[in-house]
Amino acid sequence: MTDYNFAYLDEQTKRMIRRAILKGLAVPGYQVPFASREMPMPYGWGTGGVQLSAAVMTPDDTFKVIDQGSDDTTNAVSIRRFFERTAGVAVTEETQEATVIQTRHRIPETPLEAGQILVYQVPIPEPLRFLEPSEVETRKMHSLEEYGLMHVKLYEDISQHGAIATAYAYPVMVRDRYVMDPSPIPKFDNPKLHSPAIQLFGAGREQRIYAVPPFTKVVSLDFEDYPFEASKAEGACALCGADNSYLDEVIMDDAGHRMFVCSDSDFCTTRRARGHVGTEGVPS
Amino acid sequence: MKDMTQDTDVLLSVRGLSKFYGARIGCTEVSFDLFPGEVMGIVGESGSGKSTLLNCMAGHLAPDCGEVLFAGRDGDLQDTLKMSEPERRMLGRTDWAFVHQHARDGLRMNVSAGGNVGERLMAVGARHYGAIREGAVDWLGRVEIAEDRIDDRPTAFSGGMQQRLQIARNLITGPRLVFMDEPTGGLDVSVQARLLDLLRGLVREMGLSAVIVTHDLAVVRLLADRLMVMKDGLVVESGLTDQVLDDPQHGYTQLLVSSVLQV
Ligand SMILES: Nc1ncnc2c1ncn2[C@@H]1O[C@H](COP(=O)(O)OP(=O)(O)O)[C@@H](O)[C@H]1O
Ligand SMILES: [Mg+2]
Ligand SMILES: [Zn+2]
Repeated sequence: MTDYNFAYLDEQTKRMIRRAILKGLAVPGYQVPFASREMPMPYGWGTGGVQLSAAVMTPDDTFKVIDQGSDDTTNAVSIRRFFERTAGVAVTEETQEATVIQTRHRIPETPLEAGQILVYQVPIPEPLRFLEPSEVETRKMHSLEEYGLMHVKLYEDISQHGAIATAYAYPVMVRDRYVMDPSPIPKFDNPKLHSPAIQLFGAGREQRIYAVPPFTKVVSLDFEDYPFEASKAEGACALCGADNSYLDEVIMDDAGHRMFVCSDSDFCTTRRARGHVGTEGVPS
Repeated sequence: MKDMTQDTDVLLSVRGLSKFYGARIGCTEVSFDLFPGEVMGIVGESGSGKSTLLNCMAGHLAPDCGEVLFAGRDGDLQDTLKMSEPERRMLGRTDWAFVHQHARDGLRMNVSAGGNVGERLMAVGARHYGAIREGAVDWLGRVEIAEDRIDDRPTAFSGGMQQRLQIARNLITGPRLVFMDEPTGGLDVSVQARLLDLLRGLVREMGLSAVIVTHDLAVVRLLADRLMVMKDGLVVESGLTDQVLDDPQHGYTQLLVSSVLQV
């Protein structure tokens, strides 16, 4: 792959993206427009995230990709391979070993540390879009901090479902200023948005980058009488027994038997390797 | 400020307001004062400049010249046209309200009735769901919408109900000035009558200050304390409603009044 620059993108494009990242870090939660490039993969495959990863990556980095918690979906594998080939970086499935983690729909269970960068793939960056389709108007609402509409959305949730039913892409207020869509992570992950790591969000098709610097205050929106809850399915992982991790329901056999397992496959594997066993698990 | 009005309790003072669309006149040199608790009616046939004037006053359109002075809660008159956009938008969701002729322009059609009515409360910081809902229920009742429709979307409502919903949504925060553009326009006659009754009740009960634009003299007869008659962008006659309607001085007003008598 010698006809590509390191990490595929040319240096000028990377500089442009880095400028957008720096601006995003300087104004946490603010959506910075950037000139998204064509990537050799379709939109919806995380082209926004891939461009961010390419722009921050150095030869010394260790790269991890998570797709809905898993390192081995087609999407995760192809992005990981892409950077193995174009940047020659080391790759890992272990959260702790990674220096750059690109993710779709999850924050790892293992707490992130200073020095790590978490890159989110974002389909729709605009949290106000649901109720206000006009881009001109939503930009104005952000600049004037007119966020009453976000609570109208939560009000609608409660009036229809008796509780705030929004389970993914749960809106947050970043450092008391910008309302931000944390991408479609489960709301269970929202408390982890307050993190020692650098968090970067990239929307390729919509050409937006935003960021949450380390230890930034991030508050999930709610009502006084319907406070935010970082809820998950009740129960413990059938494989590793963890009762504090986000669980996916999986179908086990043709008879339709189901079980709950950790969505974060690295977290589950690591626990099992340490001897934790769930009801359906076998000691390793 | 050196205004003479400084000493009076005027709520809104419009001075020399003009708006042109290229060479075409929207409205020209309109001036009037509105006092608290007063309803000003603006009448005139279609195209006479009523909506242009109203939208200039409410900050939806930028006039070419003139002033729109509004008394803040501290009593000082402020030129709303010189305010920053954030200040003006804040005014638009606190002290001011705007009722559009077409309810769908003033409602969120994909949000429930309760959410529509509660939005202004949330916009000014209400964060207690129970209290917001209680406020919405109260206001739906005041505009004669059954409580059990609170979770329905306005798309499921009749035209008259949509308009009443829009009114509730606007009045819930107790605005100090309400702009209305043809609030009964486009509705069936019987529906108009009911809405008019309701509006009259609210105006009396709340002591609303309002500017109401309409081409329907029956509306101003019932609601307005004073009238301005517009023709080709100009105010041709103004005065107390009964005086203007019963003893019109300007030829155009006489025509307007007589055409109403013919129907
Ligand atoms: N956006 C516009 N562009 C050009 N001319 C307009 C526009 N809006 C209104 N006008 C013209 O301005 C005049 C006043 O219109 P309008 O204020 O809508 O009157 P009314 O509300 O009394 O029917 C009319 O001649 C109308 O054609
Ligand atoms: Mg009009
Ligand atoms: Zn597990």
